[in-house]
Amino acid sequence: MSAPIHWFWSIVVDLYTTWGFIMVPLSKTVLLVVVVLIIVAYSSLAERKVSAFIQDRIGPNRVGLPLTLFGFKKDFSFGGLTQPMVDGVKFLLKEDLTPAHVNKFYYWLAPALAVAPALLSIAVVPFGSTLTLFGTSYKMVVADVNIGFLYVFAITSISVYGIVIAGWSSNSKYPFFGGVRSSAQMISYELSMGLSLVPVLLIIGNLNLSGIIDYQARNGWMALPFSNLAFGMHESGPWPWISGFRPREMMLWLPMLISFVIFTVSIFAETNRAPFDLPESEQELVAGYHTEYSSMKFALFFLGEYAAMITGCALIATLFLGGWQVPVPTIEFHSLRDWTFALVTKTGADGNIWGLFNIVCFFGKVIALILFFMFVRWTVPRFRYDQLMKLGWVVFFELALANIVLTAIILAFVPA
Amino acid sequence: MAITVQRPKLSLAERSYLPAIFTGLSITLGHMWRMLRGKTHITMQYPEQTWDSHLPEHYRGVPALVKDEYGRERCVSCQLCEFICPPRAITITPGELGDGTRFAKVEKFPEEFKIDMIRCIYCGLCEEVCPEQAIYLMKEYAVTGTTRAEMVHDKKKLYEIGGLKTGLVNKWDTKK
Repeated sequence: MSAPIHWFWSIVVDLYTTWGFIMVPLSKTVLLVVVVLIIVAYSSLAERKVSAFIQDRIGPNRVGLPLTLFGFKKDFSFGGLTQPMVDGVKFLLKEDLTPAHVNKFYYWLAPALAVAPALLSIAVVPFGSTLTLFGTSYKMVVADVNIGFLYVFAITSISVYGIVIAGWSSNSKYPFFGGVRSSAQMISYELSMGLSLVPVLLIIGNLNLSGIIDYQARNGWMALPFSNLAFGMHESGPWPWISGFRPREMMLWLPMLISFVIFTVSIFAETNRAPFDLPESEQELVAGYHTEYSSMKFALFFLGEYAAMITGCALIATLFLGGWQVPVPTIEFHSLRDWTFALVTKTGADGNIWGLFNIVCFFGKVIALILFFMFVRWTVPRFRYDQLMKLGWVVFFELALANIVLTAIILAFVPA
Repeated sequence: MAITVQRPKLSLAERSYLPAIFTGLSITLGHMWRMLRGKTHITMQYPEQTWDSHLPEHYRGVPALVKDEYGRERCVSCQLCEFICPPRAITITPGELGDGTRFAKVEKFPEEFKIDMIRCIYCGLCEEVCPEQAIYLMKEYAVTGTTRAEMVHDKKKLYEIGGLKTGLVNKWDTKK
């Protein structure tokens, strides 16, 4: 290693060993924010591509190098992959118009309020197991707080302020309708979202999001209890088959599936995604709450919407789909009458490769869920307003309450 | 009399929306899957691929002036097209033909013939009204320009687009 690189490397090591308490959370935050922003940028492209493919179109595929300007025969396109960057540049260069009739202070505040909660609430979500750096292993979560769930609820509730304030401060009728609709929708679905998580909390018994991952590593995913199944044949033992079959988890499967459905639908409503996109329903309200916004302020709403979707997907993945863990099938084969097949969760304790694998798994799950959100958006038409309210208050609210009772009964009568 | 619409009785599964959502998803994902495998060919990559060879015979593209097989400009500057043009896109400056030519009998020719393609509505009335079969709506449709002046087609441009047209009635020919 040459001298300058060596010198630089020693400084990095020093920073992480002596100033680790600052450097490590800082690195994790930067990593997370950068990854989230990249996913936001590319999910905007993915949305356009997915919608195009579903509607038998092609989607953005032109942006690239304008080689014809320099005398070449053909332009070079990256198949649309550079579209997000060009969109970003376009948003930055466009005229930032503040209409004369708006309430200036709140008009400028609203876009920031739309973005900040979405980026904040991902701080408590564990996005990987552990990584070992210079002899110390670190948990891959920015803030491993014991009130994770409460924090998530508190912050996601704030996200409605961005929309309501935008709608109100725009001082114009369509944004106002959008803001009012959004607040009503948020109240209805916040409730069933919170209640749908109570069964999960009953089962794991604490509010830490890392705790629920640990539980799922031991007992199978909430929405898929088979995920750490083990079975085999042994020379000794009274019941050789399916040692991973656990009656308690199997019985809890039903309430967990109900919770999963309610929570997912509530996340759809919370993030204003179709079929619950009433605050910005294009056909009725022009663009809803961000009608009066242009340029980068509009881009911030856009970014906030997608960041909220990523956070929501990250929560779904963490709570019900095992978070960063993916069971790896392993077979222990000793003899013909003594073998075990098991689904085992490898963590960062098995080496940094598995730590990175877990991070990739987490973002893979998040991206899969985002794609699911997109498929739903381009499939299901928007709910009518009364149907939306009925679904929230009459169906999900009662269902979530009944689900809590059901879970409590199972927990009380089926031994662990 | 008011008609009472009978609401259909929905089963529990139908009221839960979920089967309908998954049916819908199977349809949309089917479309997406066919698109991804390249089985769907609906979109045309426009500037590279065009529908030109499929345009119908009566297609109304840009209006243009034509010459006949002698290379004679057929327009006699009667200005009927200028008068009938609904958006007043056509401006003709008539000129005298003079005695020296073979077609001196015609008397007039257009010194300048301008069609403002920003105004033109492609109605085809100019073609219909022309007594000399001099102006036709071509099959060209991609008219672009970066300035307003560029969008006004002058005589040179119009003949460039129109070109030569054969099989017309040459009524100014000398009688045999």
